Amino acid sequence: MNTLEIKDKKEKESVAAAVATEELSGSQILLKGLIAEGVDTIFGYPGGAIMPIYDALYDFKKELNHVLVRHEQGATHAAQGYARSSGKVGVVFATSGPGATNLITGIADAQIDSTPMVCITGQVFAHLLGTDAFQETDVINITTPITKWNYQVTDAAEIPEVLAKAFYIAKSGRPGPVLIDITKNAQIQKVEFEGYEKCKHIRSYRPYPIIRNKYIEQAAELINSAKKPFVLFGQGVLLGNAEQEFKAFVEKSGIPSAWTIMGAGAIPTDHELNVGMLGMHGNYGPNVLTNECDVLIAIGMRFDDRVTGRLDKYAKQAKVIHLDIDPAEIDKNVKAEVPVWGDCKETLPLLTALVDEKVHTEWLAKFREYTQAEVDQVIDAECNPTEGELTMGEVINQLNILTKGEAIIVTDVGQHQMVACRYAKLNNTRSNITSGGLGTMGFALPAAIGAKFGAPNKTVVAVIGDGGFQMTIQELGTIMQSGIDIKIIILNNQFLGMVRQWQELFNDRRYSFVDITSPDFVAVAKGYYISGQKVTERPQLVDALKTMLNHKGSYLLEVMVTKENNVFPMVPQGCSVSEIRLK
Amino acid sequence: MDSNIEKKEFNITVYTENHVGLLNRIAIIFSRRKLNIESMNTSPSEVESIHRFNIVLVETEDVVRKVARQLEKQVEVLKVYFNTNEDVIWQELALYKVPTDVIAEKASVERLLRQYGARAVVIRKDYTVFETTGHREETDALVAVLQPYGLIEFVRSARVAIIKHSDGFHAKLREFERLEPGEAELGNEYLNQGEKIFTM
Repeated sequence: MNTLEIKDKKEKESVAAAVATEELSGSQILLKGLIAEGVDTIFGYPGGAIMPIYDALYDFKKELNHVLVRHEQGATHAAQGYARSSGKVGVVFATSGPGATNLITGIADAQIDSTPMVCITGQVFAHLLGTDAFQETDVINITTPITKWNYQVTDAAEIPEVLAKAFYIAKSGRPGPVLIDITKNAQIQKVEFEGYEKCKHIRSYRPYPIIRNKYIEQAAELINSAKKPFVLFGQGVLLGNAEQEFKAFVEKSGIPSAWTIMGAGAIPTDHELNVGMLGMHGNYGPNVLTNECDVLIAIGMRFDDRVTGRLDKYAKQAKVIHLDIDPAEIDKNVKAEVPVWGDCKETLPLLTALVDEKVHTEWLAKFREYTQAEVDQVIDAECNPTEGELTMGEVINQLNILTKGEAIIVTDVGQHQMVACRYAKLNNTRSNITSGGLGTMGFALPAAIGAKFGAPNKTVVAVIGDGGFQMTIQELGTIMQSGIDIKIIILNNQFLGMVRQWQELFNDRRYSFVDITSPDFVAVAKGYYISGQKVTERPQLVDALKTMLNHKGSYLLEVMVTKENNVFPMVPQGCSVSEIRLK
Repeated sequence: MDSNIEKKEFNITVYTENHVGLLNRIAIIFSRRKLNIESMNTSPSEVESIHRFNIVLVETEDVVRKVARQLEKQVEVLKVYFNTNEDVIWQELALYKVPTDVIAEKASVERLLRQYGARAVVIRKDYTVFETTGHREETDALVAVLQPYGLIEFVRSARVAIIKHSDGFHAKLREFERLEPGEAELGNEYLNQGEKIFTM
């Protein structure tokens, strides 16, 4: 081989190497990975320690739509809204220190509500870790209790594997938030990139428990012999994409079914076997009859204390069948007679095959009786008043009529949330987005932004209280800049209403710091170039709602409602579900 | 007495990956529930690259079962077992530092060594360090004996425990992996490859 041949061979080799691998920065690898995971939208806010990633993002504007929020908390809630409306993983970018700590509320919310989310935070250079460097916060340890998994990357070579693992963990099994903290040096560092492969297996992680046929058989036996079976369903049905399987199960077994706030919409509101909402402000029948049923079938729900009320008086007469993907939920709060571990997408069809086709006429009639009592004593006055001030319920009721139950309803936290969730008509799954477990005020506005990005063809209506709106009001700026179409209804009762209700009922009307004054919300919206109007009288309401829904682009409708209205029914804290009060 | 009321000592064995931050993730499962860990030891296990935590907790079986499930839910935790003291062989190591002159004059070193199964690790002119291995009561007993002789320092290690009926984790891990649907078998080839923890 002469020198020329050697040179030629070397060149050929280097060309081959360049084809097989390319040298990329950690930031570029990260973005390529996100694209490979099917990410199209990122909610974020730049800052010093994440600048290399943002610099790389400049070249990926076509592939990755970055939504600039006004506060990092807004990014997390927007990512949650996106995940909840689309079923995909929400992605968040934030810088180190304050950027990262501002994510905490949203991460905690996503953890307790099992929302798949991947947060990428910038971190100071690896050699500065632990030196109290500028904007250094130990975000890994801060987020350990509120993440499904987290990891600090200090070397760019780790990024593909770690990112793949993050997405796999976030969306598999019981979903949850994952945080990856990437030191600045790893974002800059160039390494050979050999392509991105999705993660399919982690040996220490078993997201899908083995389905044991023995328990399916036992469950079917119990159901078939039950006289008064009762189904409680939660978000697990939605998370498992098992709406059809669930519907098939309840329709064959003919069992009345009630939902947790997170399970709303898994079957349509109007379905004849949908008997209503569970819990503290749920419907009358489902609460009372929980303590009368003989077999309780819990599907993808976790017996939260807001659902069960006093545990030692909860469904003691019933045999409990618990279907859940998370083994840690079985027997956590309510002892299960038959634990059906597994993904309900798989377990429900197995169960459906074994249950008898039935119609529980008398038992269903009992639910109807309670519904009638509730309509007479609570619902009519709340949803169809003809005199007095406007009520929250009638706003939701009129909204239902106009949207025909096709809109995605995003709610904040408090009285309006309970009213909206109780009365909203939901024809479709993934159309009720709320902060269930954590009860995060300020959730709705940014979550609605994310929900719209996740479901661009849907009408997204954010129903928010006057208190919660002021917690993340700055996200109006995000709406303005992104030009997104969100309908915002502020139900303004000039109080922090839920706390006021408790103070009225349990603290002798000692209204301690619940009196909240608000700015002129319509003027604030106008400042952000968002149209709006304020409604104070009943005759204006329907037209105003129509104007809002027909408006091209975002719109803010402030409705002044009764100041001191209470949400009923109510299971007072420390009481049994059957002690539910109608007034 | 009902297992849900009676508190007793449980030995929790946690098989994990060996990753930074996992200790914290495990510890906060206890602290979040305001459970006080009596002792915690982390060490390699019989399987290369897999670590083993021994955690001692005084609680009801009900609480321990729930904690075990929460532990097992962590992504990097492979398996959790909990056992009562009857189900395990366990030991703790203790070191005692006492002034050599006092011991030599007032107490018969030889008697102590025999009675408590102690071993002198270091004998210097100014102090002597004894070591014992055993159950809590045994190591405590020697503290009481040495206290009057001017015990200078005492330290006891965390408990290490072997589960009597366990066949070790090699077998359990194979079973564990077999139960993994789909790509489980692929995972096996990575079992002893250290950092390579997931199939790519």
